[in-house]
Amino acid sequence: MSAPETAPRPLPPALAGLRGGLRTIWTHRKARIGLIVLGLFVVLAVLAPWIAPYDPKDNSFGRSLAGSAQHWLGTTAAGEDVLSQLIHGARISLLVGFGAGGISTIISVVIGLCWGYVRGLPGEVINFVVNLFLVIPGLPLMIVVATYLSDGGISVIIAVIAITGWAWGARVLRSQTASLRGRDFVEAARFSGERAPRIIFREILPNMTSLIAGGFFGAATAAILAEAGLEYLGLGDSTIVSWGTMLYWAQNSNALLTGQWALLFAPGLCIALLATSLTLINFGIDGISNPRLREGSTGR
Amino acid sequence: MRYFLQRGGWFALTLWAAITLNFLLPRMMPGSPADAAIAKLSQNGPVTEETRRAVEAQLGVPDGSLIQQYVDYLRQILSLDFGVSYAFYPEPVSGLVAQALPYTLVLVGLVTIASFVIGTLLGVLAAWRRGTWMDALPTVGGSFLTTFPYFWTSLLLLFFLGYVAHLFPTFGAFSATTQPGLDWGTVVDAVYHAALPATTMLITSLGGWVLGMRNAMITTLGEDHVTFAEANGIPGRTVALKYAARNAILPNLTGFGMALGGVVGGSILVEQVFGYPGIGFLLFNAVTGQDYPLMQAIFLMITVSVLVANLLVDILYGILDPRTRR
Repeated sequence: MSAPETAPRPLPPALAGLRGGLRTIWTHRKARIGLIVLGLFVVLAVLAPWIAPYDPKDNSFGRSLAGSAQHWLGTTAAGEDVLSQLIHGARISLLVGFGAGGISTIISVVIGLCWGYVRGLPGEVINFVVNLFLVIPGLPLMIVVATYLSDGGISVIIAVIAITGWAWGARVLRSQTASLRGRDFVEAARFSGERAPRIIFREILPNMTSLIAGGFFGAATAAILAEAGLEYLGLGDSTIVSWGTMLYWAQNSNALLTGQWALLFAPGLCIALLATSLTLINFGIDGISNPRLREGSTGR
Repeated sequence: MRYFLQRGGWFALTLWAAITLNFLLPRMMPGSPADAAIAKLSQNGPVTEETRRAVEAQLGVPDGSLIQQYVDYLRQILSLDFGVSYAFYPEPVSGLVAQALPYTLVLVGLVTIASFVIGTLLGVLAAWRRGTWMDALPTVGGSFLTTFPYFWTSLLLLFFLGYVAHLFPTFGAFSATTQPGLDWGTVVDAVYHAALPATTMLITSLGGWVLGMRNAMITTLGEDHVTFAEANGIPGRTVALKYAARNAILPNLTGFGMALGGVVGGSILVEQVFGYPGIGFLLFNAVTGQDYPLMQAIFLMITVSVLVANLLVDILYGILDPRTRR
């Protein structure tokens, strides 16, 4: 029942912080390039059905055509338009990157913060589990699990990547939590009778936004590369159109021999560009959490 | 001493957990990998009762007692009996692994060492000459190369240098005509075949070492003892190498130990692209052939070698940095 607001209200603190963070990232030259490239891919993914010249699964064209005015990047061995597949492929990569990156970030935040806060036996148990996940080699584990779940779709790939990829972030967040735990504001909250979950997620968590954001982009980069690798090995759903499956079909149809270099070159380049853009954004985020790494500061 | 006992105990516990995970994985999966495996195996001929028992010990019996299976499985692991491969029937898994291992150890091992040395030195240089092209080139170039999907880098090199320019062989570790032996011609042939995979792994792994070393060294360069050394007029190169780099190298050294443990796992995708007959390629063949025993054995071996490397790094770290021993 509040009256309609007339004056512009100041932003809530969380949003203001986000805006400040974005501004810091934007002033970082490398990070700005990263944001622009990522933005382009997002636009490409969202508008794919309208931008792509053909349906990506339309295989009514000539097979293994070289680039031409009708098909800028040529066609696949099955007679599909490479450019259209490339544009639609952005959707899968972004979905997996942000999906798996997001899920593993959430897991690492919950586990990392609790791990840093609790003492005694529960802490030791978490310590063991996280270290176990850290030492088990990720790619082989992903390959083994994906092989057993071989008829799963893209959601299986996302789950596999998220489950194998959260431990590193949890460890980083844990050490930060452990150091914040002794600070006065946490002590004050504890003495005023706040309960542990509230202290962890309302008092400590907001101080780690930049670390979490950095962890998210790192996890998203790893997820995009892992997805491409798994699909290239033929472990994903090879009927969907993604950059990884494009490379899988390119290799299985001997694109190397027929000289379809665009089919080989373009999907990998897109994966590399997308992953690079996320890494570049992380340079800017590193600058927030560690001012010594900021551009322009000499560090000495 | 307490520190080393602790690390040893942790190693034993993780080893047990990894072995158990390897036991549980196929049993947690929907469907019955064991049934599927036996069905696949029976295409090659009649399945003996013995083989069936071995398969079930590794992958699970639909309605057997889990504890009995676990005991059988542990007994098999202890006697290093990993059963018979399906994809390469009737070769035993251990023989296949023993054949593939030397290729991976030599190729990936040498590349890992080279990459660590070159990358760390470049990182020192980048941090020391911060803000110049010597910083920008390896940092930006390195992080760009790291984001390349490395199987794609392999594919490009293979396509342009192998298929288009015909400069390098496109498959395998030896020419079909070469009889592997210990003579000069064989070595040249092996190096020639390893050149492309090695190059790919080198350029895609350099960036991580460069960035790790650079960032660690930027932090140590800001420390008081470095400023003090500079103020005392100690030559720049001495300050960089003996005062800053020496302390900054510890995190990279940990990474190096882990990377050495990862050598056994090989570079699965790179080996697959070049058809290089190492462990990674064997794992790929196991996966595509749904060869569960082979896959399980390789996975276990990769995990165990990482664990052993981890233990060694912890021990080394305890010796190098007394603070960790508290």
